[in-house]
Amino acid sequence: MRAPAPAYTSNDGVIDTARAALGGMLLDAVDHVGEVALHVRREDLYDAMIALRDTPGLAYQQLMEIAGVDYPDRPERFEVVYCMLSLTRNHRLRVHVATDEEKPVPSVTDIWPVAGWLEREVYDMYGVLFSGNPDLRRILTDYGFRGHPQRKDFPLTGYVELRYSEESKRVVYEPVQLAQDFRTFDFMSPWEGAEYVLPGDEKGALPEAKGAPTPLKADAIVKADAAQSATKAPDAPSESYAKKDAQGTAQTGSGDANAGNQKQDKPVESDVIPTKGGGQNQ
Amino acid sequence: MSLYVEELLGEADASDPTTGDVTIQNYTINFGPQHPAAHGVLRLVMELDGEIVERVDPHVGLLHRGTEKLIEYKTYTQALPYFDRLDYCSPLCMEHSWVLAVEKLLDLEVPERAQYLRVFFAELTRISNHMLNLGSHVMDVGAMTPNLWLFEIREDCMNFFERVSGARMHSNYFRPGGVHQDAPLKLLADIGDWLDTRLPRLFEDAISLVADNRIFKQRNVDIAVVSRDDAIKWGFSGPMIRGSGIAWDLRKSQPYDVYAKMDFDVPVGTRGDCYDRFMVRVEEVRQSARIMKQCLREMPEGPIASLDRKVVPPKRAEMKQSMEALIHHFKLYTEGFHVPAGDVYVATESPKGEFGVYLVADGSNKPYRCKIRPTAFSHLQAMDFMAKGHMLADTTAILGAMDIVFGECDR
Repeated sequence: MRAPAPAYTSNDGVIDTARAALGGMLLDAVDHVGEVALHVRREDLYDAMIALRDTPGLAYQQLMEIAGVDYPDRPERFEVVYCMLSLTRNHRLRVHVATDEEKPVPSVTDIWPVAGWLEREVYDMYGVLFSGNPDLRRILTDYGFRGHPQRKDFPLTGYVELRYSEESKRVVYEPVQLAQDFRTFDFMSPWEGAEYVLPGDEKGALPEAKGAPTPLKADAIVKADAAQSATKAPDAPSESYAKKDAQGTAQTGSGDANAGNQKQDKPVESDVIPTKGGGQNQ
Repeated sequence: MSLYVEELLGEADASDPTTGDVTIQNYTINFGPQHPAAHGVLRLVMELDGEIVERVDPHVGLLHRGTEKLIEYKTYTQALPYFDRLDYCSPLCMEHSWVLAVEKLLDLEVPERAQYLRVFFAELTRISNHMLNLGSHVMDVGAMTPNLWLFEIREDCMNFFERVSGARMHSNYFRPGGVHQDAPLKLLADIGDWLDTRLPRLFEDAISLVADNRIFKQRNVDIAVVSRDDAIKWGFSGPMIRGSGIAWDLRKSQPYDVYAKMDFDVPVGTRGDCYDRFMVRVEEVRQSARIMKQCLREMPEGPIASLDRKVVPPKRAEMKQSMEALIHHFKLYTEGFHVPAGDVYVATESPKGEFGVYLVADGSNKPYRCKIRPTAFSHLQAMDFMAKGHMLADTTAILGAMDIVFGECDR
């Protein structure tokens, strides 16, 4: 390993020892990027953890972290990852367990009391249930929050926003309203096998008509969007702009029927694809 | 008047209650979320028997900002500033875990000068963090003066951060592959002077006021004793586990960057109480100064970031000359670099304990999942058994000795 990451004891023999200690409880063992990950059957997690803690040669005394990961494509979409640390052997190990929204994972709070809050967090963020955790409340989200925010199908913006309402003298929740669309950029290069279809690509897939196309006369050529732009005027300025401008009409003339410098007066660029909302930032 | 005295005397008859006759029911009080000793937005629901704490239920999450979710929507470089905002008292140590995790997945070599610079400023961060914690701890138990002096040192640290990165708190200085810019020679010389003169003078003066102070000891010795077994079971790390007598320091046992070459001692406590945890931090400040001096002595010349142009963007001057550099610069600042698929858990010794990043990469330019392991989660959870049987006023001492910052706890 060339990177200056934390260096602990080598992974040599760890997987063999774990395989001997866990037996059928172990589904898979991976050694990738210098870290050992054990995939354990969910039902056997509790026994496997005790074995990992008490077997000489493994001796993972500390549970440092429980992380949830969401893979929506898998049949059991959630993975719960336990990061373990051996103080005596100076080694780290991860234990992975797969589950879904309904099947509970055995709690390890009896082995490590620290798991109480860590499991609460996974439950809060993903909705993974832990059987045997005596206090499985939400922990990080608001009192009365609904949903599990770290799931991949939960939007980044959430569903509600809160503000202090002067009328009702308290904090109220409202559906979230965005002044601007969230800007996501797709960095998948079209040259490297992107899965989506770029505009215009569908023409390539069409079978070509038999025979050569008849050449058009010069006057018969119609620009692709000429018909569209002649019939459909662009959207009028939105209501809020019109209202704001109307206050000083005498000077600006913005309230006039023919104020000039309006959107519809400008030439339509045939090369510019009109955006969906006509916004400035798209 | 005499009537009133007789009335008062006459009150002490058998029908009046004396101590022991009445049963006082336990009652529940709310500590925080707005309380100067709560170190941020902690809400403690406490059950008290008189003044004795029976049960503590900490409610956290009032500063939850969804950092982990936000990071999933950012490139690896854009995610870095979020780490400054986790533990805003020790920003560079937060960045350290992140850059090491990304470098581990990339298997990226880092030049030696960059490693020295990172260790150097991580230790300066440790000093600045402990200044805040030690100062607020002594203030929580009633002393005023040391905090003012320690804030002088903290202010110096802030000025140094500003001179190296341009920002006093949210430095955004480390990068996957090295650091952003080289530290000016004058700055390193000034920090060297400061380590020799101003830091020891101010720090030792301030600590001499409390370390052997009778009142300070009364408030801290034998408060919230944590045994070794408990410290392990509850996932303690950093000064909390060292206070309980386990010499466990990730800089020593799992060295990253150039910590393997550094010469420093790991202080441990003997009793596992609040006073031990305080004194462990005091000694860590001295050891950090020692590491920084060694860094200054040994720091080599050379590049301050990896020369792998697929990860680290070229400097602007180079960009003006070379087309290749221009392309790299543009690609790295728009698209960012791609990290090969895999998952790692990388933990470093932050001033508060083990700060870990569990990073899942899927081969794209954004992290698939970034789980941050805060130090405060395991420590604060232990609040219940640590405070049990102590007085209400001791909870502030316990909380102060835990060193909790809610930017990191709630994420």
